[in-house]
Amino acid sequence: MNRRGFLAKGVAGASVLGLSGCKVLDGLADQEGALHRAVASANGLSYRAQRLIGGGHTLAPEYAEADIRQGQRPNGSTNPDGAEYLALEAGGWAGYRLAVKGLVERPQSLSLADLRAMPSRTQITRHDCVEGWSCIAKWTGVPLALVLDRAGPQAAARFAVFRCYDVIEQSLAGGILYYESIDMIDARHPQTILAYGMNGADLPVANGAPLRLRVERQLGYKMAKYVHTIELAADLKGYGEGHGSYWADRGYDWYAGI
Amino acid sequence: MAGSLVYRQTVWMRAAHWLWAVCLFFLLLSGLGIFNAHPVLYLGKESGFAYDNALLEIGARDGAEGPRGFVRILGHEADTTGWLGVSGEDVQAFPPAVTIPSYYSLATSRIVHFFFAWVLVGTLLVWLAAGLRSGHLRRDLWVTGADLRALPSDIANHARLRFRHGRRYNVLQKLAYAGVMFLALPLMIATGLTMSPGADAFAPWLLALFHGRQTARTIHFLVMLALVVFFLVHMLMILAAGPLNELRSILTGWYRVDADAEGEAE
Ligand code: HEM
Repeated sequence: MNRRGFLAKGVAGASVLGLSGCKVLDGLADQEGALHRAVASANGLSYRAQRLIGGGHTLAPEYAEADIRQGQRPNGSTNPDGAEYLALEAGGWAGYRLAVKGLVERPQSLSLADLRAMPSRTQITRHDCVEGWSCIAKWTGVPLALVLDRAGPQAAARFAVFRCYDVIEQSLAGGILYYESIDMIDARHPQTILAYGMNGADLPVANGAPLRLRVERQLGYKMAKYVHTIELAADLKGYGEGHGSYWADRGYDWYAGI
Repeated sequence: MAGSLVYRQTVWMRAAHWLWAVCLFFLLLSGLGIFNAHPVLYLGKESGFAYDNALLEIGARDGAEGPRGFVRILGHEADTTGWLGVSGEDVQAFPPAVTIPSYYSLATSRIVHFFFAWVLVGTLLVWLAAGLRSGHLRRDLWVTGADLRALPSDIANHARLRFRHGRRYNVLQKLAYAGVMFLALPLMIATGLTMSPGADAFAPWLLALFHGRQTARTIHFLVMLALVVFFLVHMLMILAAGPLNELRSILTGWYRVDADAEGEAE
């Protein structure tokens, strides 16, 4: 084979490999497939590495007032339309109650006024969406650790699960409600707050009113909006499709610190 | 004139080389898939929605005869229908032929990207350790004063596609390889980590170093382009310098040197 022949064959071979390579790899998207599971296991490595290096307690960077140059871009659900939610909104959230239950000693039912009466934390942080964009805003709320202390987590509790009012997807079986979960290290992290205020005003509906989660060392989809219930649990199998969050059920990483 | 075979690549170097080839292939194609989720690059800490800090955008908008693709760089726009933004039936920034998976799935692109990011970093560490021990880094990649003095003649040789096959790399080769190993890949890893909110919490200096998360994302993209250029030139040089000899070297370690290079000192 002369050099030109070699070149032509090489280029042809490489391009066929390249193109079909992609299609062959489409099987990766099957979340229960062995290939997907093997590749996704790298995320467990990222989770452990970040917990090891950060010790779980490092703080996300906080920004200055001058860094707030725009409103917080809303994403995902922006306007829940369930009857219960609409009624609460119409009543100015007076009837809203946050339930804290599951593996706790003292289940709680807290009004917005109860939450506002607790010590608050205000932080200017960067919100990183899994899509790739970032947006800086100021968040005010009650540290989740204080709410959990009121309820008294049991020793068996390993995760905090957040249940939300918003229907994120219509399926044949009906509306799928958004839910998320974090481990107890993030649940007790000082910057993890249940926010009721944003950029100096009440939290708008588009951004999760009346109450949303902020988990500043993870991506945006972890920060559930429209939260009505927090459940402490020993494992995540009993929720949704068992991966611990609406997006994790759809192939996204449960740990979103990367 | 052809001389004898010399053993030029240890088994560690060859294994590392092929692992990188695999990693870079997957990182590039899954990265382009990730990019498609939000095909805009910005300069700064955040993405400007109420103001403009975009450097590059690949997008699509409706035209008289269906959607038209465009690339906008610092306000200057070009129609790229058929290539970027819109290709055939597909309305996405990078066409399916160059993304993993071949349809849009951000979740899948991300798990592939982060899996191979770990493999890349692991291989790099093994390569560094093996290369330091064997002297490969110092002997073959370290650019010396003598190398730099030889630069003009080496450029002239390359321009005339005249290659001398020695045991050692020539200067341009050294510069290219060292640039990839000690500049481009570390930059990819560092900017990749800067995009991770978890890493920013334990290494906030990364944000200072790259002037914000969105600038880091932009640098990640630009270095990706540089790596693609390196790859293309790498392939061209291999074809020009004798693909069979080069392939044997990187597969078996044995390389045929020019007759006048046989006596070259170790
Ligand atoms: C060296 C080969 C690599 C190539 C060619 C590559 C390419 C890409 C491309 C094209 C993107 C799309 C968006 C952008 O450009 O920012 C991307 C995203 C990303 N890459 Fe890489 N990458 C490489 C290595 C890495 C490594 C080693 C890491 C981890 C340390 C990493 C982490 C990331 C992250 C976190 C994103 C997501 C950014 C976002 O949210 O948009 N990459 N990569």
